Amino acid sequence: MDSTVASTGTEGKTWGGGNKPLNASYGKMMMWFFIVSDALTFSGFLAAYGFSRFKFIKEWPIADEVFTHVPFLHGQELPMIYVAFMTFILIMSSVTMVLAVDAGHHMNKAKVTLYMFLTIIGGLIFVGSQAWEWATFIQGDYGAVQTNGGNILQFGEYVTVDGKEKFKRISIDEFAVTEAGVRAQHERKNGLWFVTEESLPPYSVNEIYNGLAANENILVRTQIINEEGEKTVLSREESLKQIKENGKLVVKGANLKVNEYGTSLFADFFFFITGFHGFHVFSGVVINIIIFFNVILGTYERRGSYEMVEKVGLYWHFVDLVWVFVFTFFYLV
Amino acid sequence: MAHEHKLEIFRGRWKFKSNTQKIWGVLAFLTFVTAIEVILGIYKPDMLMHTWISPLEGGFFATIGNIILSPFVYMKPLNLIFILLTIVKAYYITWDFMHMRDEVKSLRRMVVWTGVFLICYLIFILLQEGGYVFEVYNADDALIKRDF
Repeated sequence: MDSTVASTGTEGKTWGGGNKPLNASYGKMMMWFFIVSDALTFSGFLAAYGFSRFKFIKEWPIADEVFTHVPFLHGQELPMIYVAFMTFILIMSSVTMVLAVDAGHHMNKAKVTLYMFLTIIGGLIFVGSQAWEWATFIQGDYGAVQTNGGNILQFGEYVTVDGKEKFKRISIDEFAVTEAGVRAQHERKNGLWFVTEESLPPYSVNEIYNGLAANENILVRTQIINEEGEKTVLSREESLKQIKENGKLVVKGANLKVNEYGTSLFADFFFFITGFHGFHVFSGVVINIIIFFNVILGTYERRGSYEMVEKVGLYWHFVDLVWVFVFTFFYLV
Repeated sequence: MAHEHKLEIFRGRWKFKSNTQKIWGVLAFLTFVTAIEVILGIYKPDMLMHTWISPLEGGFFATIGNIILSPFVYMKPLNLIFILLTIVKAYYITWDFMHMRDEVKSLRRMVVWTGVFLICYLIFILLQEGGYVFEVYNADDALIKRDF
């Protein structure tokens, strides 16, 4: 052994420790290194989000108006509730994870198994919730018109709720006047077999304009944020003029190219950051499942230490930690 | 067992009998903080929606003052509260769930100082640049057209 492991003469001190420098095992230390580097990756993404947001600080979408849906509660505007639920689920699964680690310290196989199982369930609920969140976001709700300059014009009317005048959004489906003879989507089977076309928008700008002209109450809202921290609502004449002169494309929902909620960068960052985090959760669940089976098979019982559970636990808590920041910067601030 | 845990949080103001108890205590605290965030996020009290200090004006020292006080001068108090509460949550997740509290001081510093330094640097640069691009886009003589 002496020929392979150099004796530093500092054993017993923090920097000595033989094969356990800093009093942490090799595996745990490497997990910490990975976590630091992954934390930097995520902060790079979030800082880039901040960069783009500062660039368009006067027209960034307001998160409370974007994420208002809760499953099974159709048509109600409940901002924050669902994400708060997701946050709680993830923190809860972090707790079951740390309980599994604790049970591992006491070599209690039955308890480790139970808590690992609960952690996996929590992770799956979270990933499922995120998938639902994405689906709702992609689906969109009110629709909007995009201008030549890439800006978004939304629709709504003033209504009085509890004696207060409020701007209520109206879906384009409610007022668009459909015309006959609108072009069909070009597919391989009905046109040139070597050319495809992406799906067409639900309406043409002209149909929206006619609908707007026919309904006196509907006004256009731009993405510019005014002094009160709300989006600017245009006058009736200005509304018609904007759609007539600048309207280019009708958009519903969001993808990497268009975004009915406002700046398309918002959707890009939403997909990228929550997607990257969701992928972390997914891989965490997969690793947890592997460890779960190892626990059941008694691998760690035979090894005499449940340290593997601890290492996976570190990763799992890190995923939770990242979500806390994503939650703040996407939904709260 | 060789695994010893420090069983108190809030600098010893809240003590626990076992590690399991401490975990539930930390969960209660994190849930409480998240609940505050959600309630503030839903109701958005008017008082917290506008900055309390306006940027200082007049010369070099005012600019320095604005940089030092930037979280208060340029940020809505509500957002500042959110960010502080987030850091509090991050602290307890790292310290108690990831058992950073039980690691040796040098490991703690190795992870935290490195991360915090690099992240602060990154945020400073990118936000500074973003603000500058905003100024370029929105100056009176800006060459950018919104619609064409």
